[in-house]
Amino acid sequence: MRLTGAQALVRSLEALGCQAVFGIPGGTILPAYDPLLDSTKVRHVLVRHEQGAGHAATGYAQATGRVGVCMATSGPGATNLVTPLADAYMDSVAVVAITGQVQRSSIGSDAFQEADITGITMPVTKHNTLVKDPAEIPRAIAEAFHLAATGRPGPVLVDIPKDVLQELTSFVWPPELHIPGYRPTTRPHGKQIREAARLITNARRPVLYVGGGVIKARATTALREFAELTGAPVVTTLMARGAFPDSHPQHLGMPGMHGTVAAVAAMQRSDLLVTLGARFDDRVTGQLSSFAPDAKVVHADIDPAEISKNRQADVPIVGDCAEVISELITAVRVEFESGRPDLAGWWRQLCNWRQTFPLGYDRPSDGMLSPQFAIERIGALVGPDAIYTAGVGQHQMWAAQFIRYEKPGSWINSGGLGTMGFAVPAAMGAKLGRPDVAVWAIDGDGSFQMTNQELATCAIENIPIKVAVINNGSLGMVRQWQNLFYSERYSQTDLGTHLRVPDFVKLAEALGCVGLRCEAEPDVDRVVERAMEIDNRPVVIDFVVGKDAQVWPMVAAGHGNDRIMSARDIRPLFDEDGS
Amino acid sequence: MTKHTLSVLVENKPGVLARVAGLFSRRGFNIHSLAVGPTENPDIARMTIVVIVAELPLEQVTKQLNKLIHILKIVELDPVVAVQRELLLVKVRADTTVRSQVLEAVALFRAKVVDVSPEAVTIEVTGTSDKLAALLRMVEPFGIREMVQSGMVAMGRGSRVITTGLTR
Repeated sequence: MRLTGAQALVRSLEALGCQAVFGIPGGTILPAYDPLLDSTKVRHVLVRHEQGAGHAATGYAQATGRVGVCMATSGPGATNLVTPLADAYMDSVAVVAITGQVQRSSIGSDAFQEADITGITMPVTKHNTLVKDPAEIPRAIAEAFHLAATGRPGPVLVDIPKDVLQELTSFVWPPELHIPGYRPTTRPHGKQIREAARLITNARRPVLYVGGGVIKARATTALREFAELTGAPVVTTLMARGAFPDSHPQHLGMPGMHGTVAAVAAMQRSDLLVTLGARFDDRVTGQLSSFAPDAKVVHADIDPAEISKNRQADVPIVGDCAEVISELITAVRVEFESGRPDLAGWWRQLCNWRQTFPLGYDRPSDGMLSPQFAIERIGALVGPDAIYTAGVGQHQMWAAQFIRYEKPGSWINSGGLGTMGFAVPAAMGAKLGRPDVAVWAIDGDGSFQMTNQELATCAIENIPIKVAVINNGSLGMVRQWQNLFYSERYSQTDLGTHLRVPDFVKLAEALGCVGLRCEAEPDVDRVVERAMEIDNRPVVIDFVVGKDAQVWPMVAAGHGNDRIMSARDIRPLFDEDGS
Repeated sequence: MTKHTLSVLVENKPGVLARVAGLFSRRGFNIHSLAVGPTENPDIARMTIVVIVAELPLEQVTKQLNKLIHILKIVELDPVVAVQRELLLVKVRADTTVRSQVLEAVALFRAKVVDVSPEAVTIEVTGTSDKLAALLRMVEPFGIREMVQSGMVAMGRGSRVITTGLTR
């Protein structure tokens, strides 16, 4: 059967079960948009900026567990995808980007809207490819989906010249995948598992250090069983919030720069870190040389390059977290037959930290609404069945701290790259993929102004997300650092948003959404409940909050985690050691 | 910090060199030399990459390289059990007064003169980097006008091959 390359592309997407594509047409990708019009299986969402398409695909992928797909034209369309691709790369999200390219004969001639997008995205994709033959399209797309979703997930870009989309070809499905250099190891090595089980049995101060890989491997049920079997405390990284229920008594919360004192202290004093799908990111370890100095390390990850990259592993385990954890459960059971470790003393210390230094916040001295209170109430009222996304900054940390996550996939944020502007488009993608679930974007006034154009997309495409703009009038996290480390010299962090430029309520209305405002604590519940009642349009709430609220606890950048401050100038571990 | 020689088998596809070179630069690893060419299998190209790194970063280099989809296999070659060769072309100032001395050095190193002009000779020599360096020291006093050197190529000794199992 003869069809065009473009038709082969759409047929391939359909055959791979792709249900949604986020994108914007343009010159070179135009041929692909024609057969897309006829597809009953693939829904295309016309976004307002390609960055929105990329983050929407990322949000969609994380909410559904399927591959997120975005599409853009050549040149600026493709370069606008660079940030979301880098974001998905850092956070290991299965995304496929399809870009148009100038016709084959023009490549390399600086043609109109030409950009070497495979060259540009080489460092920020798991793989990319330029398709030069229409007969190769089905295989290229199938390989892209396979690479994106298997092993350590990541973004894959497929660049297709316009004339390749137009040329006639034959369509053969399924295509034969030919990726001889790609053989991810999913099955852990039995000897390493037994060695890990032995260390777990002998540890007196173990900590389960859980990262986003556990969610990606869909291993959260097994994790809970493993945690309860070992009795060890659990910490969940920013990427792993929701992997283990916040309500579980063994959960100490989030580790790292803005983690709980209990989580940070537990790792610092631990004698064994059982690391599952985490990567010893600098925001978790602080100064690496003084991180968890007494701990042996079991490190399980599907990506062998993560093991011993930052911290030397005593027991390296390459494998999929679901298989690793289930084999660990079996091996630990065997070890425990000859006696379980006594963790009572460890738990006394952990409980002491947890009770002495709980997460908390003070009301702003200027009498304005507390941002933490607003976020905490959203979490309490909307509940653990919803999906929460975030931008990047103070509001993101507060959303990670003060919303209680009980389920995997309920927290979607930009962890590795730290992409401001992530919240709204990611929420859009998540809501499209999970229309049955309430999706709340917790955003900052800085982040929100980077991508709020996608609210027009949400309004037109009937994707009724909720956006809580935590409006402190400034680039809050930068301002916090200026307050702490730059002698309170607030260089270029006042956004003027407290002067209502823009007026977020009017902006929301202009974008086809309902705009609400909340400025005082007694109004918070009522406004959130009002937003929850609206289901036919997106809703934006402008929470006008004080600008001096800060994120605590905190480990200053470059410092060792022993120097964690539970609040300004209060150093629990430092004080305890009397040093 | 020690010198390591990596033999890297890659899919013979456009852009593979850029992927490898880009990975080295963005991860902060230094390439000492790199040579690439076809193999007995037209689908596979072979790179010889010499890196100067400590033991742990070498492990990172190898693991990160292995993540590139077009990379098929990486083998570190132990110099003791591998043949390592580089090619050097060097144009040495050699008028009639010193030409015989230059030619003597050429003979000593079993090198070849591949071009002669009244003012200079061009010498071709292959060998290990030590041998090439020694020849350069010998001819340097006469005046080196120009030189060009290839990256190292290397192959393990004995009957074993590293391409086993990689044919399609």
